[in-house]
Amino acid sequence: MDLQKLTRSDDYQWQIEPHGEMRVPGILFGDQQLMEQLDDKVYEQLCNVAMLPGIVGAAYAMPDAHWGYGFPIGGVAAFDPEDNGVVSAGGVGFDISCGVRTLVTNSTATDLHGHESALADELLASIPAGLGSTGRIHLDHQAMDAMLSGGARWAVDQGYGLAADLERIEEQGRVSGADPAAVSAQAKKRQRNEMGTLGSGNHYLEVQRVAKIFAPRVADAFGLVSDQIVISIHCGSRGLGHQVGTDFLREMVLAAPELGIRLPDRELACAPIRSELGQRYLGAMRAATNCALANRQIITDLTRAAVERVMPGTTLTLLFDVSHNICKEEEHLVDGKPRRLFIHRKGATRAFGPGSAALPESLRRVGQPVLIGGTMGTASYVLAGTQSSEQRALSSSCHGAGRAMSRNRARKLWQGRQLVHELAERGTLVRSPSMRGVAEEAPGAYKDVDAVVDLAEAAGLSRKVARLVPLICIKG
Amino acid sequence: MSGHWEHFSHRADIGLRAVADTKAEVFENMASAMAAVISDLGVIEPAQEVTVDCEAPSDEVLLVDWLNTLIYEMATRKLLFSEFEVSLDNHRLHGLARGESIDQQKHEPAVEIKGATYTGLEIRPLENGRWRAACVIDV
Repeated sequence: MDLQKLTRSDDYQWQIEPHGEMRVPGILFGDQQLMEQLDDKVYEQLCNVAMLPGIVGAAYAMPDAHWGYGFPIGGVAAFDPEDNGVVSAGGVGFDISCGVRTLVTNSTATDLHGHESALADELLASIPAGLGSTGRIHLDHQAMDAMLSGGARWAVDQGYGLAADLERIEEQGRVSGADPAAVSAQAKKRQRNEMGTLGSGNHYLEVQRVAKIFAPRVADAFGLVSDQIVISIHCGSRGLGHQVGTDFLREMVLAAPELGIRLPDRELACAPIRSELGQRYLGAMRAATNCALANRQIITDLTRAAVERVMPGTTLTLLFDVSHNICKEEEHLVDGKPRRLFIHRKGATRAFGPGSAALPESLRRVGQPVLIGGTMGTASYVLAGTQSSEQRALSSSCHGAGRAMSRNRARKLWQGRQLVHELAERGTLVRSPSMRGVAEEAPGAYKDVDAVVDLAEAAGLSRKVARLVPLICIKG
Repeated sequence: MSGHWEHFSHRADIGLRAVADTKAEVFENMASAMAAVISDLGVIEPAQEVTVDCEAPSDEVLLVDWLNTLIYEMATRKLLFSEFEVSLDNHRLHGLARGESIDQQKHEPAVEIKGATYTGLEIRPLENGRWRAACVIDV
């Protein structure tokens, strides 16, 4: 990106001054090197987001930002319903409530030694992964609606996982305001046999080792210690969420002229929060969020059973579950005044700092765990929300490494089987139904996750707590 | 089927681009381009046939509808497609998609397509009378 187009606010914050139809500035986080490497498309997309009605503060781009569709991936934007603010189906995307949950165990890498292969095979056999896979749960109409209203709480009531898990999920496992009637019959049909499935592409389940602790006091509160085994699950709302996104994008694209909204990019399709369409989308999106929360809860239960079969007596305690594709109603301080805003985070993670009333008592002192997914050959991170993030970016942080190249290019550069072999030699067992999928997800196809989280910390968006390295990766 | 299709680079997702002699054929080529994102078309037997009907207020929305309907049919029937036939009547599309049930070992499907987006979307006639289309899909 041409740095001439940006104003440098400080070492790690850059601003696009409002011009043309922009209502607010664009704000990007990163150092000079990152800004120079950033795609011009991110600039263009951030400017487009800044033109949407009712946007508050700025359109933000996290340090892992890259070219998306409509919003940049790594984009954050807040809208005020009092100011004709909008909710955007494109701003949430197709994989509604895609997110990460991390479970901490009472086992160490030494305990796992010798059982790696057995555990990898057991997890692959237990958790449906890859295109075309179905779960063992089949929902009828009534059960589908109960799941869409109840989220992870519904899953716990059905016997999947523990009631204690709920406290460590955003919104205590159930987003209120979900409207199953706003979800189309097609979306429900897509989900009927997909509960408890991982999906494919960049979705995974990883058994990881805590390789480094950066903040001992916070790590202690999170229950993290060096050499401990943790398990992270990255997936979303499956076919139901994809269809809700598809349905409402179309409806919002077609309704825009009638609603008096000029879309700088059709993929930013949106409707006023206070409109019938906006409310219906919010109801459907929240139902899809509950679907994602229920899905990760069921996968957690399957994971616990698989681990118990291979390493009896191992406990899996939920550290946290947080979404990175979502629109949420939150209270934020704007120019010193509290305002209820609708925050879109697309490829960005909520990062509430210490003292936030939205956090459970056990986390309030240290801040929210911010879970950053890496690649199967590098590392993932547990970060914590900071107080400065509220003022910097409405309590938001990055979500992952971000792709550095396209899938086609990755497939030309790597071979799946060779990669699996090389990763095994380096201590990571990969299990996947698709070797082509493994090649497309090659670690080298992603940006350096260490650099991304260093920048997120330097920019004050969150702080580093622990670095996790993969031992087993189940790739969909 | 005339013309050709190809993928273009989009960092997170995948771009589809196609050219053909007629508008209907460019719809067919875009479907082939999308199906090839999941698996090699050569390994998918055209054993089963599914009928698809769409209607939209513009060619561009019709293209997104066509691709999204194929995504829906693949997801709910657990199929992969390799052959497509399209006939158009103004902004009404009647299509056939042929393929077979997903076999993870045989097809090694790489990704699940979440949806066709309105980003980079175009469908238009070229000066030489041929048709060209493009679209970014979310994977």
